Amino acid sequence: MDQTTLNFIVVGASFALYFGIAIWARAASTSEFYAAGRGVNPIVNGMATAADWMSAASFISMAGLIAFVGYNNSLFLMGWTGGYVLMAMLLAPYLRKFGKFTVPEFVGDRYYSNAARVVAVICLIVISVTYVIGQMRGAGIAFSRFLEIDIEAGLFTAGAVVFVYAVLGGMKGITYTQVAQYCVLITAYTIPAIFISLNLTGNPIPGLGLFSTMAEGQAGAGQHLLVVLDGLLTDLGFREYTATTNPWLMALYTLSLMIGTAGLPHVIIRFFTVPRVADARWSAGWALVFIALLYLTAPAVGAMARLNITTTMWPAGLEGEAVAQDELPDWFETWQVTGLLGVEDKNGDGRIQYYNDANPAMAELAAERGWEGNELVTFNRDILVLANPEIAQLPGWVIALIAAGGIAAALSTAAGLLLAISSAISHDLIKSVYNPEISERGELIAARISMAVAICVAVYLGLNPPGFAAQVVALAFGLAAATLFPTLMMGIFSKRMNAPGAVAGMLAGLISTCLYLFLFLGWFFIPGTAMLDSSQYLFGIPPTHFGPIGAVFNFVVAYFVSRATAAPPEHIQELVESVRIPRGAAGAVSH
Amino acid sequence: MSDNSDGQAYWKANLRLVGLCMVIWALASFGFAILLRPLISGIAVGGTDLGFWFAQQGSILVFLVLIFFYAWRMNSLDREHGVDEE
Repeated sequence: MDQTTLNFIVVGASFALYFGIAIWARAASTSEFYAAGRGVNPIVNGMATAADWMSAASFISMAGLIAFVGYNNSLFLMGWTGGYVLMAMLLAPYLRKFGKFTVPEFVGDRYYSNAARVVAVICLIVISVTYVIGQMRGAGIAFSRFLEIDIEAGLFTAGAVVFVYAVLGGMKGITYTQVAQYCVLITAYTIPAIFISLNLTGNPIPGLGLFSTMAEGQAGAGQHLLVVLDGLLTDLGFREYTATTNPWLMALYTLSLMIGTAGLPHVIIRFFTVPRVADARWSAGWALVFIALLYLTAPAVGAMARLNITTTMWPAGLEGEAVAQDELPDWFETWQVTGLLGVEDKNGDGRIQYYNDANPAMAELAAERGWEGNELVTFNRDILVLANPEIAQLPGWVIALIAAGGIAAALSTAAGLLLAISSAISHDLIKSVYNPEISERGELIAARISMAVAICVAVYLGLNPPGFAAQVVALAFGLAAATLFPTLMMGIFSKRMNAPGAVAGMLAGLISTCLYLFLFLGWFFIPGTAMLDSSQYLFGIPPTHFGPIGAVFNFVVAYFVSRATAAPPEHIQELVESVRIPRGAAGAVSH
Repeated sequence: MSDNSDGQAYWKANLRLVGLCMVIWALASFGFAILLRPLISGIAVGGTDLGFWFAQQGSILVFLVLIFFYAWRMNSLDREHGVDEE
């Protein structure tokens, strides 16, 4: 049986599982559709949150993102996990106590203002739609790569699969599907990592293997893996793996990702599904346990794959000859076909020299040894995860599992985002603002229709991505950090914060962040409309790092506007008091 | 809530706990892993320095311990102040 057939079987089996769950977990009420009936066990919710959170980018690209830069990109590891500390202590338990269904609903009720509600809906939709485009693209690419079908066909398949369980089951269907998807993706990620770590260092836990010594029979046996890697990379003219460049910018970017993570509505609403406030606190911890299983493994996968590929190119070390073109391993050949790896024998010696030809210090050595430039011309960072099973010489079903895992990671995040979007439309716009008289049955139908429309829009945007795909994730995190996070936090921690303050704060965060992004990246990211370039960054801060500064604008503007206007009414101050204590959360279940 | 002063005491205790956790959170990530890395570079861990370990493993482990510690402490504070869910 060839690999593509095997991939089809494993991916097909995973879909059958998701459909089975969808039929079992149909939603019968709005409470089930929006919050899975608030009956989800905190550990199960932790697992679903992990799948909700870890996207195709976490699964396929993050190890490569770290491996190609080394220490500096640890900021993704810290930024995308540290946000859970903020969420667990500053937002999740209180919002669960509030006991409603959506993030804009808290903003609208707490600030007794439909203007605040609508601004929050706008922020939510901008954040979630920009994020979902990347997920639909990711799903399409995963399908096309593993199943050898077009990206378009892959996108339609992804849309159709999500349609079945999200429209039928709402949050309830999505929750239990995400649990299954988590199991698929974590198995696919860790099995190859364990074998590679065992092979290189003899330690079965990749996170420990990263700091262990090389096993007998490996190049540099007895030396630490990171020492061997640092040595190889500096010899080849690359930057040392463990070196620091700009710590202040690194800290700022980390903070931006942390605050942005805590403010992402599709993650926050997962904590509305557990029965009690105490469960929401535990559940944040469990979510991080399941996320950490992948995040602690990813830096090891990255470093080990980079070491493996480098030693493949230089089997006898840098002193010896480079690998001969006809002696490249089989997996190298397979991935060359996909265009993720590419070689070009520039000096025609039949061997492939891999080094950093952009480093002037390498010119002398290159001239002396007759190299005419780096010959590993394509080295896509995603390859570090995708080729892992083949590098570790694992059987075909593990490769098929990586296919199912990559698709699961993209689908689970897309479904969570689509629910956040559709519930904001059906619950906050239709039920709260437009037609408060709507019946429970009517709202459930509206919720299903909103979901169906959101999926169609997401597929359409996936097929025709706006030309700014690379920048949109920065926009999503920056906006979440600058708009929703400060507004939610002040709604809980400041009784004095009122409607004018919150609305002015959100707008200040939204406008300052968009302005900074648009000035440097182009108005609405349209190429050629950027008015400033990177030499004009304010204090050297790139637009991707702007989130915390937008958040400061939000806090400061909200503080001064609220102090200059009347205090919120008595019943709102009582609402804040009640959100701060867990007692009475059960009463809020029947909405 | 039994009475208002107990509610105040509960909220103050919560803020103190959150503050303590935030200090450790910042120290493990922005501190040891990034800005204070040069200060602890003398401590070798597995072929590199302690700061690198904090950046790629340690900070995440500290976050985990913090969230569970907070959940455990808060759930017992709820009972002490009589504001837990029955």
